[in-house]
Amino acid sequence: MINLFEVNETNKMIEKENLDVRTITLGINLMDCIDSDLKSLREKIYGKITKAGKHLVSTGKDIEKEYGIPIVNKRISVTPISLVGGDACKNSEDFVTLAETLDEAAKKVGVHFIGGYSALVSKGMTKAEKDFICSIPKALSVTDRVCSSLNLGSTKTGINMDGVRLMGDILLETAKASKEKDSIGCAKLVVFCNAPDDNPFMAGAFHGLSEADQVIHVGVSGPGVVKNALEKVRGENFEVLCETIKRTAFKVTRVGQLVAKEASKRLGIPFGIIDLSLAPTPAVGDSVAEILCEMGLEYAGAPGTTAALAILNDQVKKGGVMASSYVGGLSGAFIPVSEDQGMMKAVEAGALTLEKLEAMTCVCSVGLDMIAIPGDTKASTISGIIADEMAIGMINQKTTAVRIIPVIGKGVGDSVEFGGLLGTAPIMPVNTFSCADFVNRGGRIPAPIHSFKN
Amino acid sequence: MKKAIITVVGKDTVGIIAKVCTYLANNRINILDISQTIVQGYFNMMMIADMDSSLKPFGEVVSELEQIGEEIGVLVKCQREDIFDKMHRI
Repeated sequence: MINLFEVNETNKMIEKENLDVRTITLGINLMDCIDSDLKSLREKIYGKITKAGKHLVSTGKDIEKEYGIPIVNKRISVTPISLVGGDACKNSEDFVTLAETLDEAAKKVGVHFIGGYSALVSKGMTKAEKDFICSIPKALSVTDRVCSSLNLGSTKTGINMDGVRLMGDILLETAKASKEKDSIGCAKLVVFCNAPDDNPFMAGAFHGLSEADQVIHVGVSGPGVVKNALEKVRGENFEVLCETIKRTAFKVTRVGQLVAKEASKRLGIPFGIIDLSLAPTPAVGDSVAEILCEMGLEYAGAPGTTAALAILNDQVKKGGVMASSYVGGLSGAFIPVSEDQGMMKAVEAGALTLEKLEAMTCVCSVGLDMIAIPGDTKASTISGIIADEMAIGMINQKTTAVRIIPVIGKGVGDSVEFGGLLGTAPIMPVNTFSCADFVNRGGRIPAPIHSFKN
Repeated sequence: MKKAIITVVGKDTVGIIAKVCTYLANNRINILDISQTIVQGYFNMMMIADMDSSLKPFGEVVSELEQIGEEIGVLVKCQREDIFDKMHRI
């Protein structure tokens, strides 16, 4: 039988170390809503989302209360809208109306975010997909809860460089469309290489085509719990370090698995996956960078950071996999800058640069995340940053992503306050040497060879 | 059997167990096990209770126990047992 010590350990994790379930995300397939008439398409989408998601928030709250574990976000992801709206939407404006429909549906069911304003263009783009991409800046500025993502490359297809080039402009336009709010529109937009179909985390969640009609995914968290466990093994060798992370990840993930199964049972919707993630928040003690420091670094970004992160990421997976029946999504440690106190401090101290962050993305999930850059950064430079990150994903057969925010009207030395879970970010300097001739070549980068691994 | 873990943490005072137990008895919630310690004047108790015949839904019991805790000046939590079981048992 459970004893007092175990009960206290669990409750201490929840009360003092920020253990929570970061998100319950309901994936909804919208392919059966496709219609050539825009008005009836909008009605069908609104109808399906509000019906499927009707009890999501209340069920989440019930579970939270009965188990005493916070469930921070309740979200919905849908089939990429560029596919669903391809027939009905004749231009970008038409796509914007679909974003409004998603926003209305999200507000009706009370979810924090709805993801899936997305396109899968890792090899090429149709006309509808191009119209869709051009609609993103406006779609994100006229809606509150819609998140947008694009898959611009994969290990199987190579990288769609036309898409990468286009996204440099689109990111800047999105930033300009929300310049009064420190370009926050870009916080709701992410580009991927090897985007997973079952990601529960925003801004990149969409309901992939390989998924069932409706499915429940859960994202766990708990950087504070890992950090606290590591405090107790200071100075011990790597074996002890790794075992401690693994055991802690196991415990954290078991809670996620329990919540996922319970939500699935109560909603009558199949359980999809657990995303084994260490997702930080701006709260003190909820930081991935602090774990890296606890491992022995002065700041995140110091030499040794990539190795430390590689250990952390791998041990979290090893512990988590055994705790869950199905694992998927992004699974790994997230390294956003604005959402992580320790990362912010490292940037301010001059320990962490964009280039080091790029290196770190080679060994963890997911990519360059929530990084504020000067608003006068050239579109081609942004495309170059995206291309680099996509190349890391393509060659290493992993998911990588870019969510950077060119903050219009601000430069290095300034900082931006996004508020809430999005946090605060110092503007980071960007290498200003030109890559325009490279990016503007057009076409696509061929898929890589899968042999001669070096 | 649906089991709940009830924990009470706070400064020790007269009648903590009595108040919680009275509430449980009135709502037909059977106590299966109690363990308790006092460390430096701080009261730390855990009960395992059987919720099968409870007169009220789980969520309501959680809220009302919390309320009782506030009245006595201690922290009372009631959680489904599974969360501890899943975390500490393979």
